[in-house]
This record gives sequence, structure tokens and C-alpha cells, in this order.
Amino acid sequence: MRRLRYFIGLIIIILIFGVIIFYPLPSLLEWQSVLLKRCFSILFFCALFCLWRIIKGPTPADRAVAIDILGILVLGFCAILGIPTGRDWYIDIGIAWALQSFISTLALAKYLEGRNFDE
Amino acid sequence: MKKSQIILFILALLIWTFLAWPPDPQHLIIGILVSGFVSFMTGDMFVKRPHLFKHISRYLWFLYYIPLFIWECIKANIDVAYRVVHPDLPINPGIVKVKTTLKSDTGLTFLANSITLTPGTMSVDIDEENGFLYIHWINVRDKDMQKATEIIVKVFEDILRRIFE
Amino acid sequence: MNETIGMFFIIVGLTFDFFGCLGLIRLPDVYNRLQASTKCVTLGTCSILLGLFLFKGFTAAGIKAILCILFIILTAPVSAHALARGAHKSGVKLWGKSVCDKYAEDKGVNS
Repeated sequence: MRRLRYFIGLIIIILIFGVIIFYPLPSLLEWQSVLLKRCFSILFFCALFCLWRIIKGPTPADRAVAIDILGILVLGFCAILGIPTGRDWYIDIGIAWALQSFISTLALAKYLEGRNFDE
Repeated sequence: MKKSQIILFILALLIWTFLAWPPDPQHLIIGILVSGFVSFMTGDMFVKRPHLFKHISRYLWFLYYIPLFIWECIKANIDVAYRVVHPDLPINPGIVKVKTTLKSDTGLTFLANSITLTPGTMSVDIDEENGFLYIHWINVRDKDMQKATEIIVKVFEDILRRIFE
Repeated sequence: MNETIGMFFIIVGLTFDFFGCLGLIRLPDVYNRLQASTKCVTLGTCSILLGLFLFKGFTAAGIKAILCILFIILTAPVSAHALARGAHKSGVKLWGKSVCDKYAEDKGVNS
């Protein structure tokens, strides 16, 4: 029963991605930029999974882990956005976001550890 | 200027040049001023042992360390992807204790980072005085300390000792 | 030619990102989730940035992508380490079917 549910979920995920990526087939001249814009949906689903873990997570540690992973994913968003639009300053936003996310993760870990900041 | 401050100045100037990439005189002058100020203020907080930067063999061993690390990283990713996609979740987790002989801070940090990015292991805590590392292992093959040390730490320890000690 | 290799790297990176976030959903425990997601998402994002470097070449954006790769490889394991230590100290138990927990034994003796 469990295995049946697993395979049904797998088939649904593969179908969704196939339809999103390949449905109106791009012409041969501009397949790179069109494919990049559609591959964006995969990162969107990843961010949705992280949000699900933030809402559902039974302990505070789960939520902290999901926030950390979301911070690295946003860097991937910025990196892909820079290619089809041709604007170079997206990667600057990515660098600033990565620094900010690292420091906030350290603060969250310190908060989980003992709830006092001076040690 | 002490020797460690000069090394920190060179590193900061290099990173500044990469951040403002097509190098032109305006950015270079501002970079020299700012990195000189930073290295003068922080002093020898970051570079504790500046005499280690002279040895050529350490750079060569570091060049050998990079491809080994990338190969282990790719193996780890394929391993984790297999475990996640498999319908029965073949995991067998636990926290084990291993022993290391590295002493310096930089060496211990690099060892913990390498352990975190290699197949199935993640470092949880470090006991610096006795040289113990507590490691969360996703598929425990042996609970004993000696055998776990041979499996996990031995891949990187010799090379890291040649680089950082 | 460079752009085709860049597309290949970006698609590999997206696949690993997806596996990492799937692990965040499916695995049963904080530590296992941390392992799967940290490894897969770190290498996936590094691969995407390498693809960006292959697209742009040695311009400002390409060099910044290389700096980002170095920064992520240095800091992602550190934050995973800090989160695991904080979770263990705040009292999160391991999964029910875990084999052994040497860390809790040692800390119990000390304190």
C-alpha cells in the first residue's frame, strides 16, 4: 500500500515537470533562454517544499534548518535570473543575501543552544 | 607592520580586486586605502602563524587536496540522492565518536568541513582538548571508535596534516 | 559550445537541488534532514554558479560567481555544524530506530 502511494506520487511529479518544461516546444533558435525560464519552476517547487517544512515542522530546529536551506536557494534564483535577462547586478543581490543568511543562521543556532548570547 | 598584517593586506586586496573586476586606478586606490585600514585595525587576529606561508610544498599538497575533495563531494551527492529516492528509505543513523591527531584551529575547521561534505557523515561537535570529534553517520557500519576512525577520518587526515601543521 | 556546457551544469544543479529538498520532506529526523539538504543544496547551487560563469566568461558577473562558490563551500558546512550542535543541546531526540548516541552518553557523564 505504501509502495503504491509512493509510485503514484512519483508519476504525478514527473508528469507535472514534463508538461511544464516541454509543452509548447520551443523553436530551435531560442531554446536556451526559453528552457532556462521554464527550469525556474523546479526552484519554485524546492522553495515550496522548504515553506512546507517551516509551517509543519514539529520542533524549532526543523524550522531553522528550512530557513537556512531557503537562504541558499535564493542565491540559485539570483544566479539563474542573471542569464536570460542579461542584467549583471542580480549576482550582487545574491552575494549580499548569502552573507546575511549565514549570519542569521549562526544567530538562530546560538539561540537554540542555550538562549543566552554571552559565553 | 608585522608579517601577519602584510599577509592579511594582500588577501584583502585580492578579494577587493575580484569584487570590482575590470581593474582600474580609482577602484585600486580605494581598495589599497580600505584594506590597509582593515589590516592595521585587526592586527594578528586572523593569521596566527605567518611563517607557514613560506613553504612551497604546502601549496602543492593543497592543489592535490582540491580534486580529491570534489570527487568525494560528488560521490556523497549521488549516495544521498539514492537514499532519498528509494521507496524504503535505507538509513541506519547514529552518532559515533572518532579520534583525530590534528591540533591547529585551521586544520580542525577544514577537517570538520570535509567530513560534513563527504558521504553520509556530518560533524556535530568538537572536543579540542582530547581531540575527539562527534559525528552523525547516516549508515552506521561500525560503532567501535578505532574502526570508525579508520573509515571516516583517514581519507583526509594525512593530507591536512601536511598542509596545516 | 560554452553555453551548451553551461546549460548541462545548470540542469545537473537543479536536479540535485530538487533531491535535497525532497530529502527535507521525506527523512524522519532533524539530523538526517540537515545532512541530505546541506550536501545536495550546496553542490547544486555551486553547479548553477559554475554554469553562470561558463555563460558570462571573465566579466564582472563571472568573477563574482567564482567568489560565491568559494564562499558557499566555506560557510555552508559551518552553519550545518552550528545548527546540529544547537539542536542537540536544546534537547531534540534522535530518530526512534537510531543505533547509538555516543554524544548524549558523554555529555550525561560530564554534567
